[in-house]
Amino acid sequence: MAILTKDEAKTIIDKVLGYSKADETSVSVNGGRTGNIRYARNSVSTSGETNNLSVAVTAVYGKRSGTATINELDDASLEKTVRRAEEIARLAPENPEYMTMLGPQKYLDTNTYAESTAKIDPNFRAQAAFDSIDPCRKKNLTAAGYMEDTTGFVAIGNSKGLFGYNRATSVDFSITVRTADGLGSGYANPDVNDVSKLNTKATTEIAMQKALASASARALEPGKYTVILEPTASVELLQNMMRSMDGRSADEGRSFLSKKGGGTRLGEKLFDERVTIITDPLNADLPLPAFGGGGGGRFGGGGGEGVPQEKMTWIENGVVKNMFFSRFWAQKKGVAPVPAPAGFILQGGTQSLADMIKSTDKGILVTRFWYIRAVDPQTQLYTGLTRDGTFYIENGQIKFPVKNFRFNESPVIMLNNVEALGKPVRAGGNLIPPMKIRDFTFTSLSDAV
Amino acid sequence: MNRRDFNQLLGMGAAGIMMPALPAFSRTIAPEALLEPGLDVAVKKRLADAALNAAKAKGATYADVRIGRYLNQFVLTRENKVQGIINSESFGVGVRVIANGCWGFASVGDARDESVVAKAAETAVAIAKANARLLTEPVQLAPQKGFGEVSWKAPIKKNAFEVPIKEKVDLLLSCNAAAMQNGANFVNNVLFQVNEQKYFASTDGTYADQDIHRIGPSFTVTAVDPQNGRFATRNSLSAPMGMGYEYLQVNPSDKLSGITTRYNKGYDMLEDITAAAKQAKEKLSAKSVEAGKYDLVLDPSHLWLTIHESVGHPLELDRVLGYEANYAGTSFVTLDKWKTKSFNYGSKEVNLVADKTQVGSLGAVGWDDEGVKTKKWDLVKDGILVNYQAIRDQVHILGEKESQGCCYADNWSSVQFQRMANVSLEAGKTPLSVANMIKDVKKGVYIIGDGSFSIDQQRYNFQFGGQLFYEIKNGEIVGMLKDVSYQANTKEFWNSCAAVCDESDYRLGGAFNDGKGQPSQSSAVSHGSATARFNGVNVINTARKIG
Repeated sequence: MAILTKDEAKTIIDKVLGYSKADETSVSVNGGRTGNIRYARNSVSTSGETNNLSVAVTAVYGKRSGTATINELDDASLEKTVRRAEEIARLAPENPEYMTMLGPQKYLDTNTYAESTAKIDPNFRAQAAFDSIDPCRKKNLTAAGYMEDTTGFVAIGNSKGLFGYNRATSVDFSITVRTADGLGSGYANPDVNDVSKLNTKATTEIAMQKALASASARALEPGKYTVILEPTASVELLQNMMRSMDGRSADEGRSFLSKKGGGTRLGEKLFDERVTIITDPLNADLPLPAFGGGGGGRFGGGGGEGVPQEKMTWIENGVVKNMFFSRFWAQKKGVAPVPAPAGFILQGGTQSLADMIKSTDKGILVTRFWYIRAVDPQTQLYTGLTRDGTFYIENGQIKFPVKNFRFNESPVIMLNNVEALGKPVRAGGNLIPPMKIRDFTFTSLSDAV
Repeated sequence: MNRRDFNQLLGMGAAGIMMPALPAFSRTIAPEALLEPGLDVAVKKRLADAALNAAKAKGATYADVRIGRYLNQFVLTRENKVQGIINSESFGVGVRVIANGCWGFASVGDARDESVVAKAAETAVAIAKANARLLTEPVQLAPQKGFGEVSWKAPIKKNAFEVPIKEKVDLLLSCNAAAMQNGANFVNNVLFQVNEQKYFASTDGTYADQDIHRIGPSFTVTAVDPQNGRFATRNSLSAPMGMGYEYLQVNPSDKLSGITTRYNKGYDMLEDITAAAKQAKEKLSAKSVEAGKYDLVLDPSHLWLTIHESVGHPLELDRVLGYEANYAGTSFVTLDKWKTKSFNYGSKEVNLVADKTQVGSLGAVGWDDEGVKTKKWDLVKDGILVNYQAIRDQVHILGEKESQGCCYADNWSSVQFQRMANVSLEAGKTPLSVANMIKDVKKGVYIIGDGSFSIDQQRYNFQFGGQLFYEIKNGEIVGMLKDVSYQANTKEFWNSCAAVCDESDYRLGGAFNDGKGQPSQSSAVSHGSATARFNGVNVINTARKIG
């Protein structure tokens, strides 16, 4: 397996730096193994495993930089890669936004690796698929699912003395169960990086229940509804908003955080006061990498630079507290650089999803959104549809399944219309609570199951 | 967690915008390496035979091998700066087998040794056998004759990789300067070039060597009004094409004049970006559309995406059967509808074809990734559904004896599976110009360029935006609109098609990155049409306030 230890990676980086004649040099070494199994129609369709190891070298002369990569680790190959990076750098145009490399950094000791995941083999994947398919076969339901596990590492270093190492594991399992008549569909997508916390049978049973319960959907008129969004539903909308919190775009006037007349909306209350979003690499439920970006810059020209990831408050009680800033833009604006968040925590309350349903007079429970696309970046307006389990709630109980809706909604508006926030759970690499939102805008109906 | 999120977890997140994803296992190379010849075809055949023989020796009843060398170049600029020039190469071998009635696949990078390739074949057989215990029915592979040693080369006139980078940078920067001089506040520009060198061999006896070229220039200009805090963008009206650098050396006959210039087999980026800068500014003060029913006049630069989403995808047989149920979804076009032979997909004006041979298209190849010679076939004839897109292990379901040649993998490291052919709306048979089409519209919107797009998981309900919207009143264009999206149901929409312009207006649109499958793969595909009219479509206003 192509997982180097911290010491092995450091040896390679030091060797590469020793070959360099450039003004500045950075190196990143990364590798890993990814395995997957995919099934549909209650049978495996594809399965595979790949290994990879790569060294990227960025050489810089003045403000000219060049990057070359190699997947061989012998001395001659490494030296050849350094020479090639230097050659490209000499030919490259000057980058006026180039920032000199960072010196040694202090990184948090985060825990993004689980040995249980690193040990996964093809038999484990086949068993995981069987545990998901078998209960569906027995109930005349149809399973389509996918499991992908990745174990990898990245090490970065440069000629200014910076060094960082991170190893991580990840497991992605998702399951869609459909009824034999095609009228019901259910979905579940747990989020773990430690596979010992994943039970494909139990997860499949949630999707089975949703499929059976959604089979006789009724049509409701589109309009504004109170919705309870499961974390799997709201995650993509929230991620899109967080990815738009770039300070430079806001300063340049092309962001939802740009202010009329110039400047940014930093410090303004843009959301309900119950909305607080933070990043915390040391959170036990959501450990994050200790640094942002690969040091060598996979795409050349500086790439990621190894800026430390630290605890950060983005939105506090509805007020915009921080945006992310590249080192170039931070220097221009006279502020500290802030890397984009790798995963965030939307703080909530203590209620479970079941508690939230119980306290709802009238509303719609949404399992999942699908095909979300930006309509207007100015207002963060997105469109998309509900899918795989949409239900009408009345007097604290799920009454009946409803046909899917198309929505046109902005997460900024949504986070202003908060009725209640539940207990955060992992979704898509973030911690997100179930949310009760009033006046969520559904604009049309879909016959899709 | 998807691959991007995992990369973030590792700390590998790429900085910057407009950075396209590189194929798996690609590595950065010097520009001159893009012109180095790949492996000799005799060496590829030797490697392929080693894989095929090893698979058969381990009990495979069928095997194919793909030896791929994938070359990419990106040139990225922003305003007066070069953001990056990236040249990458990915080389390796993928082996697919059937053993114990089940598919197996394994791939290996940088494999130039027969024993390494043979080992990959053995791994593929072992995976097939391991998964056979979960099999419900064995793979039924349509017979395919062997073509022997054959080759195919995209009919390009000028290899884009031979053009000096300086010439490309100068072009992009001059485009950016023109945009800034004409009112843009910001501009991003990228030129993407691809060369797939693919060698396919199978136990059927085909050894196909193919050389595929694609090019994609694109930009986004942004105009900002700091006083009222508004900004607007306009993207290029270019189509990525299966062409060489000749696509950027435009002839006057490649242009169509009108409210804005549109492009056919050549693209004038300088002219388009100059117009885009002015139009982005104009958008800032355009009239916000009044929601309601309109007759839509849709330019091919827009309609290609509607065709892609509402025709191309639902007519993929793997979706119909449920193979994509957990990801991209299934399809409303179930087999029972096809069996009736009378399912009205659209009005009588609607003739939709699939074509893997269309010259200049992104999806054109000589043989697909399971050794099937490519062809053209009907999907919807005079409005009636007549066929799907299928591959070798599915066509028996349609009662067909041979595959339609839609099997494709985006890289040697990926397993091939069903991908969309170039799916196009045929031009109208009676002479009709865009001007004459507009003349008959009382209350309508003329839409040019693709924008926001979203469709449900069975391809019924969709919503599309665009780049340029013009209000039509009583047969005349009266001004620019903004905040326009239209929503429709696929079947109702295609049945509302009232007219299609003639062949003189036919053009290709397309995309490099059509995503499907788990792990997701991308494929490049073109969609052609002439301008078409759709009556009584629901237009919504997308303007919002966020406090």
